[in-house]
Amino acid sequence: MMERFVIAILVENQPGILTRVASMFNRRGFNIDTLTVSETENHDYSRITISLTGDDGTCQQIIKQLRKLYNVKEVKVMDKPQSVYRELALIKLQNKPETRQEILSAVDIFRSKIVDFSPSTLCVEITGETSKIEAFIALVEPLGILEMCRTGVVAIERGCHYLNSETSL
Amino acid sequence: MMILTGAEIVVETLIEQGCQVVFGYPGGQVINLYDALYMRSDRIQHILTAHEQGAAHAADGYARASGQVGVVIATSGPGATNLVTGIATAYLDSVPMVAITGNVPNSLIGRDSFQEVDITGVTLPITKHNFLVKSIDKLADTIREAFVIAKSGRPGPVLVDIPKDVQTATYPYQVGPVVQKKPQKKAQGDQLSRAAQMIAEAKRPYIYFGGGAVSAEISEEIIQLAEKIDAPIGCTMMGLSVVPVDHPRYLGMEGMHGHFASSVSQDEADLIITIGARFSDRATGNVAKYARKARIIHIDADSAELNKNVNVALGIECDVKDALERLLSLIDAKQHPEWMARIAELKAEEKVHFERETPKDRLTPYALIQETAKHTLPDTPIVTDVGQHQMWTAQYYPFQKGRTFISSGGLGTMGFGVGAAIGAAKATGKKTVLFTGDGSFGMNLNELATVSTENIPLVIIIMNNHVLGMVRQWQTLFFQKHYSNTDLHERKTDFVKLAEAFGMKGYRIQELSELAPVLEKAFAENSPVLVDCLIDQDEFVLPMLPPGGCIEDIITEREEIS
Repeated sequence: MMERFVIAILVENQPGILTRVASMFNRRGFNIDTLTVSETENHDYSRITISLTGDDGTCQQIIKQLRKLYNVKEVKVMDKPQSVYRELALIKLQNKPETRQEILSAVDIFRSKIVDFSPSTLCVEITGETSKIEAFIALVEPLGILEMCRTGVVAIERGCHYLNSETSL
Repeated sequence: MMILTGAEIVVETLIEQGCQVVFGYPGGQVINLYDALYMRSDRIQHILTAHEQGAAHAADGYARASGQVGVVIATSGPGATNLVTGIATAYLDSVPMVAITGNVPNSLIGRDSFQEVDITGVTLPITKHNFLVKSIDKLADTIREAFVIAKSGRPGPVLVDIPKDVQTATYPYQVGPVVQKKPQKKAQGDQLSRAAQMIAEAKRPYIYFGGGAVSAEISEEIIQLAEKIDAPIGCTMMGLSVVPVDHPRYLGMEGMHGHFASSVSQDEADLIITIGARFSDRATGNVAKYARKARIIHIDADSAELNKNVNVALGIECDVKDALERLLSLIDAKQHPEWMARIAELKAEEKVHFERETPKDRLTPYALIQETAKHTLPDTPIVTDVGQHQMWTAQYYPFQKGRTFISSGGLGTMGFGVGAAIGAAKATGKKTVLFTGDGSFGMNLNELATVSTENIPLVIIIMNNHVLGMVRQWQTLFFQKHYSNTDLHERKTDFVKLAEAFGMKGYRIQELSELAPVLEKAFAENSPVLVDCLIDQDEFVLPMLPPGGCIEDIITEREEIS
């Protein structure tokens, strides 16, 4: 059964590590839906969050192959019920008098915000789970999306669970 | 504590790690390293090959024959890229190897400088890990870490790329201890109890091992297990030599060109106890139809192999030697008379097929291998190239001791043989045999220069059929005999004269009557020797499971296909 998985990877903060991770996916024919890399609370490590669609066997194989990479410290599936997922999108739309009101009410309903406004364009920043962002995009798509970029998913577990197994309260 | 240059630190660290022989080829960005080698030639021998690829295969052959980490050195750019096939060969067969390359100075990296190549980028998917050492303070520890990675868990190649300015800089060096393997995970007690339970329930168990059994050196444990649970033993090509071929329970390799009884009994088994094998397509054929009647226990050092190619009932990531020792104490002795009777029946059938396919009145690969075996010892390294001769050697050579079969399995590298044989002979100090084909041999025959210069105790036997036999076999079977670019009859190479040109003795065998006397002479030589043995262009490797096929598709005799 195809499902969406979000995998968090703690890696040593060294040059080339992103290539090593991405290359493993490429070499073994696994598709990445989204990928983000960021700093963590510890300067020695970076955190890579990858979301992908596949069956459970594929997900297990990816985790095991990731664990074999030398600079990878931890790999964990961010289980949906126990985790917070967030994504951010910046969406530039046509700013026309006849659609402006519709856009503004969509922005309001989705609790997003306008971060840029010019005579012919406006830019919306929206944060949330992927499904929320996609619902918003579907809503405003007929109004003319000029440009869009998305961060991809970041995820963190709820409560006293940490990606770095050495972390504790 | 001494203040040394980077180049000296590399050499001292290699010596410190117990490395006695390195293979390589000098060049602009490793001149400093070669200078340091020159100064320490009392402690570390450098074997100059004819080409970096040969050096990489030699380091690989050295590692396979000895179980020690093989070391190869090459310069930047083309030197480094020439290692690529050798590194990939070692990677696919999980061979511990450290490749050291020079690179242009840090200040020139990224500017497409002369002989600059991003070798860590190139080798990323074919190494366990690789390093670009940007500063000298990390140099010694990086090389030590490379050894740890190469030999720990499932072994494999590691590349260390060292820019020239790091080789010329100076830094304090302190001798360190020989690095140890990282501790391997032990099997959990409940996993082993479950395995014991499955073994107790099985009526038709089959023990199946691969290259992991060679590196873990577990021939005794495998035989004990087979005897205790009354099971036959089969293996992959990479597992060959772990169990003596004359052991009554041993059926030989299974798979595409496996022994009939081994492949069929694996298909009929209700339990396959797999140790250090990875269910490659050459071993399984069509995975959907592989071992349909069996539950599979998979014991392996690499957890990523569990459920990768074949779904198993029980996968155990562990130190396989420890797991087998503990499993042996958990299981009760069993008897399976019906199953063993069936095995005997299959072996008898195999013999019938074999005898019909192997005439005694002409020079066959079988006759050649058997006659060669009269001149070898149980610990003689037997090296092959890739192709039909490799399969015949795998099928017919009477292996007795682990690490004596040295062959490129996963990558199937034609041209592996001569380099690997040099490495195996250096590692063991023993007279070594290389079985090769005229196709494979043609790929890296420049290494005869190394064989001759180093006076390597090597007997090279070319099974010369004047065709690329394995591809020709496929063309015969699956491509309506369109022999596209596989006929080498127009090549005028005289291998006997070639051997002589390189300063070696060369012999030729053209018919059966010459076989025994010529091999007698060849093996009596105290210097390297080449034997060009002419065989028929239409010899087939049988049995054959066609690619993507299953056991019902097995071809056992020529009659079935003509």
